[in-house]
Amino acid sequence: MTIEARFRIDRDDFSLDVDLSVPSRGITALFGPSGCGKTTLLRAIAGLEYHHDGFLKVGDRTWQDSDCFVPPYRRPLGYVFQEASLFAHLTVRRNLEYGIKRVPAAERKVSLQQAIELLGIGHLLERRPARLSGGERQRVAIARSLAVSPRLLLMDEPLAALDVNRKQEILPYIESLHNDLDIPVIYVSHSPDEVARLADHLVLLEAGRVTASGAISDMLTRLDLPLAHGSDAEALIEATVAGHDEAYHLTHLDFTGGRFTVVRKELPVGSAVRLRVAARDVSLTLEWQSGTSILNIFPAIVDEVIADGEARMTVRLMVGGVPMLARITRKSASVLGLKAGKLVYAQAKSVALLS
Amino acid sequence: MLSESDLGALAITLKLALLTTLILLLLGTPLAWWMARSRWRFKFLLEAVVALPLVLPPTVLGFYLLVALGPHGPVGGLMESLGGRSLAFTFTGLVIGSVFYSMPFVVQPLQNAFTAVGRRPLEVAATLRASPLDRFFTVAIPLARPGFFTAAVLGFAHTVGEFGVVLMIGGNIPGETQVVSIAIYDHVEGLEYVHAHWLSGGLLLMSFLMLIAVYALNRRFSVVQP
Repeated sequence: MTIEARFRIDRDDFSLDVDLSVPSRGITALFGPSGCGKTTLLRAIAGLEYHHDGFLKVGDRTWQDSDCFVPPYRRPLGYVFQEASLFAHLTVRRNLEYGIKRVPAAERKVSLQQAIELLGIGHLLERRPARLSGGERQRVAIARSLAVSPRLLLMDEPLAALDVNRKQEILPYIESLHNDLDIPVIYVSHSPDEVARLADHLVLLEAGRVTASGAISDMLTRLDLPLAHGSDAEALIEATVAGHDEAYHLTHLDFTGGRFTVVRKELPVGSAVRLRVAARDVSLTLEWQSGTSILNIFPAIVDEVIADGEARMTVRLMVGGVPMLARITRKSASVLGLKAGKLVYAQAKSVALLS
Repeated sequence: MLSESDLGALAITLKLALLTTLILLLLGTPLAWWMARSRWRFKFLLEAVVALPLVLPPTVLGFYLLVALGPHGPVGGLMESLGGRSLAFTFTGLVIGSVFYSMPFVVQPLQNAFTAVGRRPLEVAATLRASPLDRFFTVAIPLARPGFFTAAVLGFAHTVGEFGVVLMIGGNIPGETQVVSIAIYDHVEGLEYVHAHWLSGGLLLMSFLMLIAVYALNRRFSVVQP
């Protein structure tokens, strides 16, 4: 099952020409600079804007084609706006109930109680929106959009209007949507950090065109895309908690390419985690290093090497089928004789746990 | 004190103002909604027409209405040919005149209130499965509530205070079309200052109380807004 969207919009100052197919599970991030058309595309998918040259199919349902246009209120979707936009005249509870009341009982898959618990807003129910903090408001808005049991959840930079602390307050809730509810999400963002934490699938937009789209771990490490070349270039690795080393207070995390050892985290064995390894924290050696303080060393095959400016090179590695990046000097690359297909050892100096 | 004819004038005034306000709220709400939302290129023409009574001398408006509603005018003529009577010098005529005269005082606060609500809450409601009519009644109207209150009070108060239009199309028929403002004029003409004082003082107090209510309630409403 997929979501297929094709839209062509031509305005004097802006044009959008998008033909997109995204998996209808997990979180798909629409990522790009301001003004690239992310929000316009999301609004077109929701039906909030009508563009006659459009086609939209979600699973087996056609929401728009040349002779049909399902109005937004008949589309089983949820929409979270950048500003929470709660109804000022209703309490939190009545805000949440507004959508539920309008969904036929047979289509209700998410209960009010479930939405309240997922977003942790049980203590706010009798309050008016004016008496909530920015973060609380956005949590209520997310719960309200979930409570209509959407078959597709659209989120338009839901964290952009919040300060760093509020973002940290909400991110875990959005991450948990992922695990607790099987609702596909299209998430608009211009923050690489949010994308790395949340997305499973990434669509890059620039000036109204899709420049690339694919699984997040591939997209972040593709050397033909800009993401792999910034100073924050990084790889994402999905791993599971394999066990804890009580003596040294460490945690072991297994992925298909091997095992990471990190400072102990209080996570149950078997739980899934997402790791991020920055390109600048990975160094390469030709032989296995034994006398080193670095714990995380993996055999890897060089996939591609590309120059980044005069002095640096970015190396894409495959570690047991999982892509990783290393940022090294051109001199080192030349000394090591790096080329595609060469076997090396990748040493990860530091690893960050995302969830 | 108030004479019997003064009380009659008061009753007619209140009846006229209530009826006018009610009609204007019913007609003005869809009109204001449309004016707040429409992107029609020539919308400004309609806005100018609605605002006209603000600047037009009431006698001018009254004169044209008298011509239209009288036995030889298009409306009055139609009424007579249908076996009725022309609307000039009737209470119905007064209501029609007042509706035109007080229209901007009802439509403009409503339009401003709907504009202030903005598109966003309605879009949110659409994504929460509310149909256009549903959104209008459950989101637009409740959020525009302060505007409705202001519109009702201003429309009512302004109708109570009208003089020129009433005089032109209603004449001055006690018990039928004589309203308080004209009764006061008559009293002054007849040098009955005591009666004029009672009626004038009453209107002053009523207008003041209504405006106090508007401002006090709008302040309370605005606290609820984010």
